[in-house]
Amino acid sequence: MTPAPQEQLLNAAAALRRDLGPDLHDRVSEAIYTEATQIANRTISTDSRQAAFRLDRTVDQLVTSRLWGFPLMLLLLMAVFWATIAGANVPSRMLADLLLGTVYNALHAGAAAIGTPVWLSGLLIDGVYLATAWVVSVMLPPMAIFFPLFTLLEDLGYLPRVAFNLDRLFKGAGAHGKQSLSMMMGWGCNAAGVVATRIIDSPRERLIAIITNNFSICNGRWPTLILMGTLFIGATAPPALASFVAAASVVTVAVIGIFTTLLVSALLSRTVLTGEASTFSLELPPYRPPQVLRTLYTSLIGRTLIVLWRAITMAAPAGAVIWLSSNIMIGDASIAAHLVNALNPFGWWLGLNGVILLAYLVAIPANEIIIPTILMLTLTLNRSQLAQAGVMLELDNNLVYQTLTQFGGWTMLTAVNLMLFSLLHNPCGTTILTIWNETKSAKWTAVSTLLPLLLGIIVTFVTAAVARLVGWV
Amino acid sequence: MSDELVTPQASSLPHAACNTCPAYTNAQLRKLGLDVSGWDYTVALAGNPNTGKSTVFNALTGLRQHTGNWAGKTVTRAEGGFRFQGKRYKLVDLPGTYSLLSTSADEEVARDFLLFGQPHVTVIVADATRLERNLNLVLQILAITDSVVVAVNLIDEARRHGIMIDERGLARDLGVPVVPIVARRGEGLPELLSTIAQVASGAIRPRPRHVPLRDAALERAVKQLVAQIEAVFPNLPQAYWVALRLLDGDASIAQAVREGTIGDLTRGQAVAPIALEAA
Amino acid sequence: MNTSPPIGATTLDQLSLGATGRVLALGNQGAERRRLFDLGITPGTLIQSEVRSPLGDPVAYRVRNTLIALRREQSQMIMITLDLEETIV
Repeated sequence: MTPAPQEQLLNAAAALRRDLGPDLHDRVSEAIYTEATQIANRTISTDSRQAAFRLDRTVDQLVTSRLWGFPLMLLLLMAVFWATIAGANVPSRMLADLLLGTVYNALHAGAAAIGTPVWLSGLLIDGVYLATAWVVSVMLPPMAIFFPLFTLLEDLGYLPRVAFNLDRLFKGAGAHGKQSLSMMMGWGCNAAGVVATRIIDSPRERLIAIITNNFSICNGRWPTLILMGTLFIGATAPPALASFVAAASVVTVAVIGIFTTLLVSALLSRTVLTGEASTFSLELPPYRPPQVLRTLYTSLIGRTLIVLWRAITMAAPAGAVIWLSSNIMIGDASIAAHLVNALNPFGWWLGLNGVILLAYLVAIPANEIIIPTILMLTLTLNRSQLAQAGVMLELDNNLVYQTLTQFGGWTMLTAVNLMLFSLLHNPCGTTILTIWNETKSAKWTAVSTLLPLLLGIIVTFVTAAVARLVGWV
Repeated sequence: MSDELVTPQASSLPHAACNTCPAYTNAQLRKLGLDVSGWDYTVALAGNPNTGKSTVFNALTGLRQHTGNWAGKTVTRAEGGFRFQGKRYKLVDLPGTYSLLSTSADEEVARDFLLFGQPHVTVIVADATRLERNLNLVLQILAITDSVVVAVNLIDEARRHGIMIDERGLARDLGVPVVPIVARRGEGLPELLSTIAQVASGAIRPRPRHVPLRDAALERAVKQLVAQIEAVFPNLPQAYWVALRLLDGDASIAQAVREGTIGDLTRGQAVAPIALEAA
Repeated sequence: MNTSPPIGATTLDQLSLGATGRVLALGNQGAERRRLFDLGITPGTLIQSEVRSPLGDPVAYRVRNTLIALRREQSQMIMITLDLEETIV
């Protein structure tokens, strides 16, 4: 029987290949590069002074130096968050005044004037509107500052340098050098970070990168950290240093995230995902002067507003759910109150509370709505006391702090553990879906979802236990 | 081949003002964003990582793909459309790739589309500051398709670094049109558009340089194998490249030949899901 | 490498910061070897050690006016000759 024509073809190829020897790729590449060099020599002329090159090199020597490499990374992160926190304060308050005060009151007045039933105006104004208004006033100002700044660093070409600096650590953890790039993508959005792991060729290292991507704080979680850092931690410092201390606390959580990424990567690569570490050949692109105005525009339109829109679309139904669950009574208490009471004991063990845990359940689709959910639940569950205290809705930071501490029973431990839990919990719904799409594996999707949650429970439990043991709270 | 044929606008950015002239912005170029229905031509945007492909893509389509300054930022192909001189173009922004000869998963998207997607025009965006390395990919692409336009981007950066490029000489050497551009300022884009249109319509017929393999035995082997491949797969667009891959022992290409699916790579889609169990 | 290195030859990881060498041969294998070729690290290419990361490894090298970071395991496999006269800027 004669073999199929395809087989004949392959046999012929194999025979020719044997005659040619093994280094064909080398020979072809060398031939092409020889040509490229000749063409380049003919068509490129270089001025010998080249001042800009030396500047690039000097900058590189600084940002990768033994002494300054890591401190500069921290300093840049600090600067970004300090600018975000300090800059967002005033616009946040103005937005809150407008959306939670003026507009909110006007809506209620208008609803009353046209005789809207109380339940309907409650659902629409106190539920849907309030949740979205809170998302906007909590998220918009910090995001409008944070994204452009981060995008500027990205466009400048700094991120590959961070990957270069961190590579030794990732190598030690048995992870791919490019994992630091997908990690940094995760600082914007974990779903994007998970997709970005496609740049990693080895399946083993790619899985490690996917599972650990959730330890990069994302868009939806920065506002929680920034608010907690500002209200509880920054407030312990003298006013002049407050935003600096708040920024430091946010950076600390981000750095804990990096170390968690390294630690979990090391554990995975030494247990279930063992194998050879891949090599690392990353190009460090030339620094490019960023186009400041275009970056401002595209990151405002392309990132801030898209993220905000996603938050709003999630917050609107969540607001309705929260309002309904706080107003539909079963027996002597609302559904929300029952749930919060049921979750309270477990929350206590974690140094958190039932409201926070319920908020994390409601916020599985999108972490952006954590803070509004917590605030709405705390407010509605303590409505009677609030009415007595005469708290108005236009919450500026002081009133948020008052509400949480006086009526929610929050302490410094609650805030710290909320920051830790914000870092360490299950990925949002979109990210879980993306992990499934990228791996098509129920097992690894489950691991990626539950491992961070388990870590979060352990870490907050230990923190709470230690804090109580030493009498810190 | 005359210079005029291959470099319609070879002089250094003479028409930057066209950017703002009404004929360019209003009458000729219509950014169609995501609307890619009913196009006349498909244009692929290829290049090394980080050469400004996405900037060119955004400028022509009016979309806002985010561009980051690092290799691997774009891992999937993006599509958009524009209309120029009455024709509708679909523009495909491919992930950056260093080579067609050895690919990683993210580069496969670009490789398969260039090889088997049969775009009407392939625009290679090259970085003027790193032109020699970029030429490696340019020469590889010239080996598989004739309809190429090379856009030498970042010539302002190159100038800042004291690098001057003789685009006319480059076009002569490569045998395809070369257009100097500064994509982020929109300089050179009118020239790039009209060159794309002329290559698409056949008004310009590039005659790309084919790199001699400098190896008689290899040349003979490729020639022999190409003949056999064409006998078995008469309509395969890239017999030359497939021959090289087979001679290089590429197992996945050999498998595609064995199963007769090599032609199906035409619709070379995005990255396959990763293997579930790590090796 | 089967052949003994020529006199004056060393490996890329031995190249001191700022010094320039010329690539003789690559001992790297497989996909990594291909990637290095694709990046332009081919025999005969000038290569200069440019910056070292804070923890000592990887090191970024200038090749064909691009900057490529390599880990020590990779640079150990690349044979070079020291190029005393030529520098690439």
